[in-house]
Amino acid sequence: MPTTDNTLDEILSLAAVHFKVPREKLTPDGDFFKALGIDSLQALDLLTRLEHHFRIELPDYELQGVTDFRTLAQRIQARL
Amino acid sequence: MKEFKGQAISWQVVNGAIELALHREPCNEIGSGTLEELETFAAALPELARDAHALIVHSTMKAGFSAGADLRELYEGSRGMEKGEAVRGVRQFLRRIHGVMNTLDAAPLTTIAAVHGVTFGGGFELALVCDIIIADRMARFCFPELRLGLIPGFGGIPRLKRDLGNAVVRDLLMTGRSFNVMKAQQVGLVSQIAAEGEALRLARATAAQVGKFDRRTAIAAKEFLKPIPYEELKREIEIFCELFAQPAVEEGLRKFVENEGVQPYLP
Repeated sequence: MPTTDNTLDEILSLAAVHFKVPREKLTPDGDFFKALGIDSLQALDLLTRLEHHFRIELPDYELQGVTDFRTLAQRIQARL
Repeated sequence: MKEFKGQAISWQVVNGAIELALHREPCNEIGSGTLEELETFAAALPELARDAHALIVHSTMKAGFSAGADLRELYEGSRGMEKGEAVRGVRQFLRRIHGVMNTLDAAPLTTIAAVHGVTFGGGFELALVCDIIIADRMARFCFPELRLGLIPGFGGIPRLKRDLGNAVVRDLLMTGRSFNVMKAQQVGLVSQIAAEGEALRLARATAAQVGKFDRRTAIAAKEFLKPIPYEELKREIEIFCELFAQPAVEEGLRKFVENEGVQPYLP
């Protein structure tokens, strides 16, 4: 089973590729809305891509108030 | 009217399939303008159906199929209005949209919703009137109405109950969460999953396939398989109107409309 750090790394890589942001500009504790320049609809797009990538179902209410990659990784890790 | 190009929707007949495109910025919010054009389409349908065997409903908007009812119009239109008058206006709107939805539901055609991205609320309800839902792998389905103190009002609950188990319906309704396509297919809502950007192409291929069969038989099969829950649909309008009269709704709508945060679509 991957560690939370592995999961975090995969999230950062996926987000960087899809939203065309240099990987090195994304930090674990950074605000992903700001770092990726996304709104709530694009956040749903990110959620869908993460669900497909990790083959999980992540109810979107679990993302309420979550803005940093590390917490996002913890939410995903809890469902792997 | 064989072809139509309006502000919110357009249609044309291609290879025996009526293609109804939704194209109102930003994500096909359904307000009074869209309703008027949908009513025009519903009125034209009997003539269109003479030369067609299928109807494909799709969106040309990048964000998705439809974000549902135009909540901004609903809020602005009812704000400051005497409550009884506001409820009468909402009831009238709902009866009209139900008229359109019921016409599409009963259309003597095989109807296909080709959905992508946001398929929420009234947009989800529009997809549910169709016989077949083909979804792009990035589609998401959601009934967010309880967040506003309402239930879905365009026929969502009776039609969802028609197609899915009650436990899934309760989960969708009571949590307000959205489902991705894998979940939607797993519970029996979506019949085919398309790669990104391919849902319309798959819908056209499916429309070509259903066109091979005798139309009268297809209509008989549809009537047998897909009864329309008219009594529940009427009850839904009344429950919606009862809830709409509650103060919590105006507050919920105001919060949504005035929300400038980054997460208004998250429950």
